[in-house]
Amino acid sequence: MTAPTSHRTIIRDGIAVGVATGAYGISFGAISVAAGLSVLQTCVLSLAVFTGASQFAFVGVVAAGGAPLSAAVTGLLLATRNTLYGLRLAPLLGWTGWRRAAAAQLLIDESTAMSVTRESTEEARVGFLSTGLAVFVLWNVATFGGAVAGEALGDPRTYGLDAAVGAAFLALLWPRLRDRDNQLTALLSVALALVLVLVAPAGVPVLAAALVALAMGFATRRDEDTTEMPDRDDLPGGGEHE
Amino acid sequence: MIWAAIVLTGIGAYLLKLAGLSIPASILEHPVVHRIADLIPVALLAALVAVQVFSEGQALTVDARAAGLAAAVFALLLRAPFIVVVLIAALTAAIIRLI
Repeated sequence: MTAPTSHRTIIRDGIAVGVATGAYGISFGAISVAAGLSVLQTCVLSLAVFTGASQFAFVGVVAAGGAPLSAAVTGLLLATRNTLYGLRLAPLLGWTGWRRAAAAQLLIDESTAMSVTRESTEEARVGFLSTGLAVFVLWNVATFGGAVAGEALGDPRTYGLDAAVGAAFLALLWPRLRDRDNQLTALLSVALALVLVLVAPAGVPVLAAALVALAMGFATRRDEDTTEMPDRDDLPGGGEHE
Repeated sequence: MIWAAIVLTGIGAYLLKLAGLSIPASILEHPVVHRIADLIPVALLAALVAVQVFSEGQALTVDARAAGLAAAVFALLLRAPFIVVVLIAALTAAIIRLI
């Protein structure tokens, strides 16, 4: 259906996604410092974890006063979708050994969206690597810049940075809210979390929402494979909306 | 403690990615597994929004952050990019606190 895309075009698109994601990295850096993490801790999160939603969740739980361990578990639960992306991409990318081990760190929403639709292994690899590397470099540079700027700003509440955290989560959630089952899942999770805030230690209300996902997963089971692969229009930093 | 959590999350996130590229697809082929994995981000992000905006310690509150969230919804309905949504929410909360 689609004509073979030239490598130049694929690389250019990958860099464009990287630049857009960079803007989103600035907000992560600033929000992480506002949550009480140091600049170094913020930068290590971006280098080592390198999955936006998990990093936002980690600092969000820390900001709410949750235990570091619940921050880690929440972040890791959000990172499980990368495993599913990998299952889908593995036969297409066809890497083994050290190449596969190195490529794994770049396996995120953006690199998946820019490679899963390619027709050949070569095009998929170019899309995966150009997007993954562009996002990796710009995400980390932007994190550092945002963290330094956030620290220079002083009390985050003066600038409404604490309100920015909720908005960041909502913006990550937004593209998934078109689906009715997802809407119900979100609604039940909000209700459960707000009730648990009153009775459970910080960190638990968010983690408990995974139980809603579990229950809804069994309640709305379908026979076909329903894995939602990320689309370029869904990328949080994509900004390619018309 | 926070450093231990950061290292744990970093190693765990990498292993989850590597597992996806390494294990045979048939092991996780069950549709319910995929369904739950799709719903987890929805559930966790929704809970994070609620806790982040409407709680203060162990109490529920409605303050400037709620106004920031309302502004974010408005920006998202207008299809604003991520950074604009976040900035508008922050600005709205900051202005309300000034008043």
